[in-house]
Amino acid sequence: MFKLLFRALAAVLALGLASAPAWAQSDYPRRTITVIVPFAAGGPTDVVARIVGEHMSRTLGQQLIVENVVGAAGTTASTRAMRANPDGYTIEMGHMGTHAASVALYPNLAYKPDVDFEPIGMAAGTPVLILGKKDLPPKDLKEFIPYVKANVQKLNQAHAGVGSVSHVTCLLFNSIVGVKPTAVPFNGTGPAMNALVGGQVDYMCDQIVNVVSQVQGGTIKAFAIGTAERNLALPNVPTAKEAGLPEFQASAWNALFAPKGTPKPILDKLTAALDKALDDDNTRKRLLELGSDLPDKARRGQQPLAALVKSEIARWTPIIQAAGPIN
Amino acid sequence: MSELLSNLLLGFQVASNPYNVLFCLIGALVGTLVGVLPGIGTVATIAMLLPITFGLPPVGALIMLAGIYYGAQYGGSTTSVLVNIPGEATSVVTCLDGHQMARQGRAGAALSIAAIGSFFAGCVSTVLVAALGGPLTSLALLFGPAEYFSLMVLGLIFAVVLAKGSVLKAIAMVLTGLLLSMVGSDLETGAGRMTFDVAELADGIGFTNIALGLFGFAEIIRNLELPAESREIVKAKVTGLMPTRKDLIDSSGAIARGTVLGSILGILPGGGAVIASFAAYTFVKRIANVPSRFGNGAIQGGAAPESANNAAAQTAFIPLLTLGIPPNAVMALMVGAMTIHGIVPGPQVMTKQPELFWGMIASMWLGNLMLVIINLPLVGVWVTLLRVPYRLLYPAIVVFCCIGIYSINNSPTDVVISALFGVIGFWLVKHDFEPAPLLLGFVLGPLMEENLRRAMLIARGDATVFFTRPISGTLLAIAIFLLLLAALPMIRKRREEVFVE
Repeated sequence: MFKLLFRALAAVLALGLASAPAWAQSDYPRRTITVIVPFAAGGPTDVVARIVGEHMSRTLGQQLIVENVVGAAGTTASTRAMRANPDGYTIEMGHMGTHAASVALYPNLAYKPDVDFEPIGMAAGTPVLILGKKDLPPKDLKEFIPYVKANVQKLNQAHAGVGSVSHVTCLLFNSIVGVKPTAVPFNGTGPAMNALVGGQVDYMCDQIVNVVSQVQGGTIKAFAIGTAERNLALPNVPTAKEAGLPEFQASAWNALFAPKGTPKPILDKLTAALDKALDDDNTRKRLLELGSDLPDKARRGQQPLAALVKSEIARWTPIIQAAGPIN
Repeated sequence: MSELLSNLLLGFQVASNPYNVLFCLIGALVGTLVGVLPGIGTVATIAMLLPITFGLPPVGALIMLAGIYYGAQYGGSTTSVLVNIPGEATSVVTCLDGHQMARQGRAGAALSIAAIGSFFAGCVSTVLVAALGGPLTSLALLFGPAEYFSLMVLGLIFAVVLAKGSVLKAIAMVLTGLLLSMVGSDLETGAGRMTFDVAELADGIGFTNIALGLFGFAEIIRNLELPAESREIVKAKVTGLMPTRKDLIDSSGAIARGTVLGSILGILPGGGAVIASFAAYTFVKRIANVPSRFGNGAIQGGAAPESANNAAAQTAFIPLLTLGIPPNAVMALMVGAMTIHGIVPGPQVMTKQPELFWGMIASMWLGNLMLVIINLPLVGVWVTLLRVPYRLLYPAIVVFCCIGIYSINNSPTDVVISALFGVIGFWLVKHDFEPAPLLLGFVLGPLMEENLRRAMLIARGDATVFFTRPISGTLLAIAIFLLLLAALPMIRKRREEVFVE
């Protein structure tokens, strides 16, 4: 009698286990999802991840937990994300640096952003501004460009470290204008901003999140913003196009990625949740307060992100290579 | 003046809201715990607790996080005194005299003086933050890379001067610390230096690994070498938990000096608090009547650095609250917390959100009060802990240290590295080398290198910039002067030897 029971139980168990892959897909998510953020807590990417993640948690019914993995301009985190189990429980909030610029910056990069990751969708972009110290003579971008060209030997341009957004976007600016100033590296945007406010460096390109309060307080100058339209947080700063430098299009986009091989149904669920978060009024409000650039419907989702990654790699690689080995 | 008072009143109204008081208490308790437990640090704790604060009102969340930060300063001194293990980089100097006092049965006095000194420093620096926030910020802005470099050099000279043994050996230790700090990734290129392709070393050898190895494990190995009877930590009878009146009078000068130094140095972004603690120690040792008492249980040696590091912890909020620029990793997290709560930190927080600004300042004072109320009674508990037989105590210490080290990066390699430093530390101690200067060299090394290279970049390779810029030149002059002062006895002794011959 027991033998029969045993066999029946074994059969049920076997059947149950055999359908395990199906569980994973139909009942996703069944536990907390880890979002790897390649930068320190409190920075722009981290804040975007947390704000968006909070809403996505509600849609998906499971908590999205942020894990900050710092190091090597975010490539350590991306490598870890690439190697994670492609079951949808580990995703990454990558950005322009980790998934585009890093290809040219790190010849020994352990991953290929366009091949080793499945795109989920773009979350939010942080526009980049061209900033100058308070006492810098030029009043606007039109005066700033010839000033930089004339004084390139004397000028010091700050950035937050090799591979950071501030580094790469200023490379773009410098290459458009055609100058090679002395680049002074700092350990993060805090010290770099400190030096700019203190007047020890002359100019810098930084993301809007770090910059709004300083510009509003008058401690630094903003010459232009690298997006197509003026930003609500800083309405008095002209766009690069208005100011006469249309080639300077720079916005540090942040997007969600999953490791290669993550099943499509799971990806679609995540994309849908992200989309819903970006439509939610409260989430939009919080992101816009930070000065974020929210993607419209056309730029959201998997296909546009895949195309963006490819085009960004193509855009930044020649600029970084032209700048030389150490810049 | 009246404006200041009315602002402070507003602040206290905000801070005494029952919820905010509760948050302050929770923050202080968690902070003390974090400071006491070796390994897990303030940055990691705040990062972990950030999400919990989402549901809280912004002022409350920030008060709690701030409480964790200065609470950790109080807690860090506990392990330094009791078991000679620095809980934080700023408590390294407290180990020197604090632990010696514990060995002489005066752990209670050491801990109490640390708490009292910290409280006094906290009060004074809170007033400074309130009254002089603006002017002090402009002072901070005057410090460029050249000035930082010179300050770090001065700091290294302090590290040499505070050693109680041979100056030459102290210099050797400082240089070894500098060398060890070079392991890791280059700032500008990201290339690996001396990492031997070990992935865990890519970001450098962790401070905690070296600290716990050199101070914790090495001490245990050394103690185990002694015969069983001599191993107990407390060599003499425990003579009471509270400091005597004489203690209080003796250390009042040290507390005052520590507070002043800490308040000024804390504003400087970067290693302000660490330098503050050993600048204070060196200063009081230099001006003491009997300098040889330092390193052997002089109460000023515990009071001064503790006051300095707490003062520095408070004034570190100044650049954050006035400029919105975080001076260290913990403050950067606070910026993040503010941003997540919709507050944009910056020059206008003071005017646009006065309740936040003044509320935080008032709650800092409240937090200090709470911490001294929490910590003083606990002194009895800690002292009893010291009476546990060593054969039971040391395994517990080893386990706590290993857990602490592992918890930082979930990396067993870190524990192995720490053990290695334990063995190295044992060798050092046997040969009369002191570990404290090594640790200080290690902490200052990266800052010095960064600022040296930055200053040279900005000056286009002109090395005289360190002397021509006024503040930088002054700091270097003081450094050279101090070094000569320290080396003088050695030179004099040599001359005497020559004469005798």
